[in-house]
Amino acid sequence: MITIKNLNKTFAGAVVLNDISTEFENGKTNLIIGQSGSGKTVLLKCILGLFGIDSGEIFFDKKSFQKMNIKQRSVIRQEIGMVFQGSALFDSMTVEENIMFPMQMLTQKGFEEMQVRANQVIERVNLVNANKKLPSELSGGMQKRVAIARAIVMNPKYLFCDEPNSGLDPKTSTIIDNLIQEITEEYEITTIINTHDMNSVMEIGEKVLFLENGNKGWEGSNKEVFNTDNQTVSNFIYSSNLFKKVRKVYRNENDN
Amino acid sequence: MRVFRNIGTYSIMIGKVFGRFTRWSVMKGLIIKEIDSLIIGSIGIVSFISFFVGGVVAIQTALNLNNPLLPKNLIGFATRQSVILEFAPTFISVIMAGKVGSFITSSLGTMRVTEQIDALKVMGINTYNYLIFPKIVALLLYPFIITISMFLGIFGGYVASIYGGFCSSADFIEGIQLDFIPFHISYAFIKTAFFAFILATIPSYHGYFLKGGALEVGKASTTSFVWTSVLIIVTNYIITQLLLTS
Repeated sequence: MITIKNLNKTFAGAVVLNDISTEFENGKTNLIIGQSGSGKTVLLKCILGLFGIDSGEIFFDKKSFQKMNIKQRSVIRQEIGMVFQGSALFDSMTVEENIMFPMQMLTQKGFEEMQVRANQVIERVNLVNANKKLPSELSGGMQKRVAIARAIVMNPKYLFCDEPNSGLDPKTSTIIDNLIQEITEEYEITTIINTHDMNSVMEIGEKVLFLENGNKGWEGSNKEVFNTDNQTVSNFIYSSNLFKKVRKVYRNENDN
Repeated sequence: MRVFRNIGTYSIMIGKVFGRFTRWSVMKGLIIKEIDSLIIGSIGIVSFISFFVGGVVAIQTALNLNNPLLPKNLIGFATRQSVILEFAPTFISVIMAGKVGSFITSSLGTMRVTEQIDALKVMGINTYNYLIFPKIVALLLYPFIITISMFLGIFGGYVASIYGGFCSSADFIEGIQLDFIPFHISYAFIKTAFFAFILATIPSYHGYFLKGGALEVGKASTTSFVWTSVLIIVTNYIITQLLLTS
């Protein structure tokens, strides 16, 4: 479980996150949604410790990240898996090497043991015949799968995904969403996904946190988010014509 | 103010490079890879430039020896002095700032832009040590390149002098042995060691702390080349002042 208490973050005097408090539960897929520039990525990077925070506290299973020393932070970081927006795969390494990399750096495992584990996760994310390929030889969807495989290879307790669907077609997006949710349930990890893809919200958002100009605008489940009275959230959710039509059909069905 | 902030950030970076070491089994692979791309990959261009510039130095010297009273062995002497004292250590280092420096800045900059450095940080890796330390170690072999440059520069001068008909082989060889001061070699290698550290760390700084996108990677490579060259020239002046003046 990850708990955030009164988190504030500014960049050169500009407030980016203002008094954010929330809780991300274990074994659940938590989504952070909001417009571009609302502070989603900054919040994610603050939780990961990539950005320092101005005030507030972040707790990983009730242990304050701010009160940890470098060694304790390093241990927590080994329990974190991260899927970056652009996958952030190491260009010069093959798929297999990318996935083995965290084990190579952080464990005492022998090469064969690492290879066995890498192949397990490669199989888990349904990557076929890609072990020896370089990231540049893979499609966007396959790169995302490799990134997910690398993120879960160390059996993390926390999984972070920064816009995992960006640049993917709707079908591949759904496959990636489902994969993340399956992994979350299977490994019982705390997953936090940063997205503005409403399909993801509809399909996998067990808990949704809406950010608005750096403030916590709303939070609830994916069932509640589509019927909320909060006008800002509603405007954001139904900003696309497709979703407006879906809402119309849904309301017509309910009226009849 | 910005200059002081940059100096401060650079100093902190150097401190972190030598903190929390990456395990040796991983590090040795990284060092070998860097030796291959930074040192072995530069031998060709350094050899080519050294040979021809050495030749040009010899020809220029020969063409300026109009007085028949001046001995022909001065061509070899001038070539040796120019190549060992300045051309090989300093001129080649400025060229390397363009070749190796730009490569380091753009590769680290691209890693920054594509969030690969963030990915390493999230794993709890000391990114400074993992990314910059192997480059510093690889460039410890930089004097090896300068040795090749010295040899080929003088050899280029020899070939140009003989085949251009400016002096005899015996004159040139006599010239390169004339008034030889072994400390000049030490001076050249002391300079080289400082230049190697500058070549590894200044471009790394510009790449590691890059902000922005692809356009900024290009800009950072140029800025890195300018600052690396400026620091090499300034360091060259200071070391020369300290070691060669009494």
